[in-house]
Amino acid sequence: MAKLTLADLRNLRDEKQKAMEKRDPSNKDAQIIVGMGTCGIAAGAKETFNAIIEELDSRGITHVLVRQTGCMGLCHSEPTVEVIVPHMPVVIYGNVNAETGKKIVNDHIVNKQLIDNHICDKPAMDIVR
Amino acid sequence: MGYKQYILVCGGTACESNQGIALFSALKKAVEENGLVNDVQVVRTGCLGFCEKGPIVKILPQDTFYVEVKPEDAAVIVKEHIIKGRVVSRLLYDKNQSKINVGIEGIDFYQKQFRIVLRNCGVIDPDKIDEYIARDGYKALEKVLFEMKPQDVIDEVSKSGLRGRGGAGFPTGKKWSFAAMQPAGQKYMVCNADEGDPGAYMDRSTLEGDPHSVLEAMTIAGYAIGANMGYVYIRAEYPLAIQRLETAIGQAREYGLLGKNILGSDFSFDIELRLGAGAFVCGEETALLASIEGKRGMPTPRPPFPAVKGLWGRPTVINNVETLANIPVILLKGGLWFSKIGTATSKGTKVFALTGKINNSGLIEVPMGTTLREIIFDIGGGIRNGKAFKSAQTGGPSGGMIPPQFLDVPIDYESLAKIGSIMGSGGLIVMDEDDCIPDIAKFYLDFTVDESCGKCAPCRIGGRKLLNYLDKICKGAGSYEDIENMKEISEAMARASLCGLGQTASNPVQSSLRYFMDEYKEHIDDKKCRAGKCKSLLRYTINPEKCVGCTACARVCPVTCISGERKKPHVIDELRCIKCGQCFEVCKFNAVNRA
Repeated sequence: MAKLTLADLRNLRDEKQKAMEKRDPSNKDAQIIVGMGTCGIAAGAKETFNAIIEELDSRGITHVLVRQTGCMGLCHSEPTVEVIVPHMPVVIYGNVNAETGKKIVNDHIVNKQLIDNHICDKPAMDIVR
Repeated sequence: MGYKQYILVCGGTACESNQGIALFSALKKAVEENGLVNDVQVVRTGCLGFCEKGPIVKILPQDTFYVEVKPEDAAVIVKEHIIKGRVVSRLLYDKNQSKINVGIEGIDFYQKQFRIVLRNCGVIDPDKIDEYIARDGYKALEKVLFEMKPQDVIDEVSKSGLRGRGGAGFPTGKKWSFAAMQPAGQKYMVCNADEGDPGAYMDRSTLEGDPHSVLEAMTIAGYAIGANMGYVYIRAEYPLAIQRLETAIGQAREYGLLGKNILGSDFSFDIELRLGAGAFVCGEETALLASIEGKRGMPTPRPPFPAVKGLWGRPTVINNVETLANIPVILLKGGLWFSKIGTATSKGTKVFALTGKINNSGLIEVPMGTTLREIIFDIGGGIRNGKAFKSAQTGGPSGGMIPPQFLDVPIDYESLAKIGSIMGSGGLIVMDEDDCIPDIAKFYLDFTVDESCGKCAPCRIGGRKLLNYLDKICKGAGSYEDIENMKEISEAMARASLCGLGQTASNPVQSSLRYFMDEYKEHIDDKKCRAGKCKSLLRYTINPEKCVGCTACARVCPVTCISGERKKPHVIDELRCIKCGQCFEVCKFNAVNRA
């Protein structure tokens, strides 16, 4: 991409903002976000990330976008995974190993149920939104 | 398929032991009785914090937060809240209480945390500049470059009241204005990411989770002071942070947000990384600059301050990662907005790495003025295994130990200094009854003695002396004369050391002598360590009445100093005992005494 001008930056922001609000990048309406800071990775976030992708692939689920992010601050419950599904509350799960990662796909994504014993609280309100 | 509402019941240990399990079943039953099984899911969660107010129930999607809920409240919650949509106000968390520290209107939330620095951490993908941009990223830079003069930027930062988050708390606006006042010419902007306190990882997580916010802030600072070059000094032990910073710098250059004529303006600025080898003293600004210049990382006397004569003799501003991460928000929302958060002298928020004997360790951000009690018990979920709180250490090896009587002191730069500690960069280590105070002081001194560069005598010699005295005390050979000497040396180090490392190295000693003298006395007079940490003071013996002669202790003893026949009481040869404690751990009959 070429260097941005002021107008380019503003357009890009608007466009990306809309994409993030709609939570619909390239026809995907749900998101699974894995915390991949040093703490998360040390606790096994990479295995969780791979397990989630494998599970989605093996079930042929294509409407879920799997993303990475930094540390959510819940280091006592790493690896942490945030799940955003339309018409369901946004939930952060803690202590998500590969097994629980697959469970997220099965229970939360497919059966639209929350999973016992893994929900963590969102630590604070969002000052940007 | 699909539920309309969710009832979350805290399944943390504290809540479960407080009728939480009965509450969970009662809620499930109430949902069933009202025929709502297909509409409402009752879920058990991990610990939600606020353990003292447990059991906690949270209703989604409304986000209602109920505290101290009893099993008999279950029916009411389902009938009123779920069916009629009416909030059960008597069970609500007292909202007035949570609003004290955040003086911003329209904010109504039960959490103690307020995230400015960590606004994007755990939200965006740090490897994607587009996601940062979508969350108002580089909007502050846009505003600064096209709508503000450099002096306006400095004024806004000054108005915010932001102070250095590296620990010393110097007003950021003032620092920038010193550098800006220097005659035009080559100037530098440096980001100090040489985080080295044991137990602190605020800067690492910020850089890993939101690298662009620091890059944007450095560019803004460069514009304000007239610098065209910036360096991030980061320790090589942070490979992931380095990798994400490199990716971020690459993307920013590609978009023209770094480099020549940023966004088509006539301002140019670029950033490079400098990797440190992990010396604690290189977090001190003059030593850090020496290290960037390729010299040995040793501090030099100030003045001249770096803002006047810094990197390669040119005016240089050095800001900590967390300080910088605040900057874009301050410029977007205004200095006034920022100055409303916090206390009279300390504005904004502080990020803490909460570690030690705490249930919910983690990275937290709270408004200045939050108390230790709120941090440890509401956010941190209290002390692990229900033990008693003994002390909290802020500022790592440069800070002091804070005893229980100050749990309710609102945390800011001044109040912490008053009780003998420092804000520091944000490490917050919680200690419980099983920690021995002289032993902890020894641990910190050991660290600072190791990390002292050795340039000035007070730090080099004083630190070693202090460590020797502490070692003596922990071995039960200390005297009150030693304590007097320690006090004198601490004073001398604090006054005469060349840099912050030596000046603050005696803080753990001074504060512990002040608040925990009884423990030192026990070590000196009674040769006793109540926490059982000082090995030399421990005695292991076997109670012949309880010992059944199972031989478990004799088999586990690494120096085979336990003898005795099968099924007959065993004996420990105390002269040969190395006090490893394995016999104590392995005995199933409580026959091994530790005193």
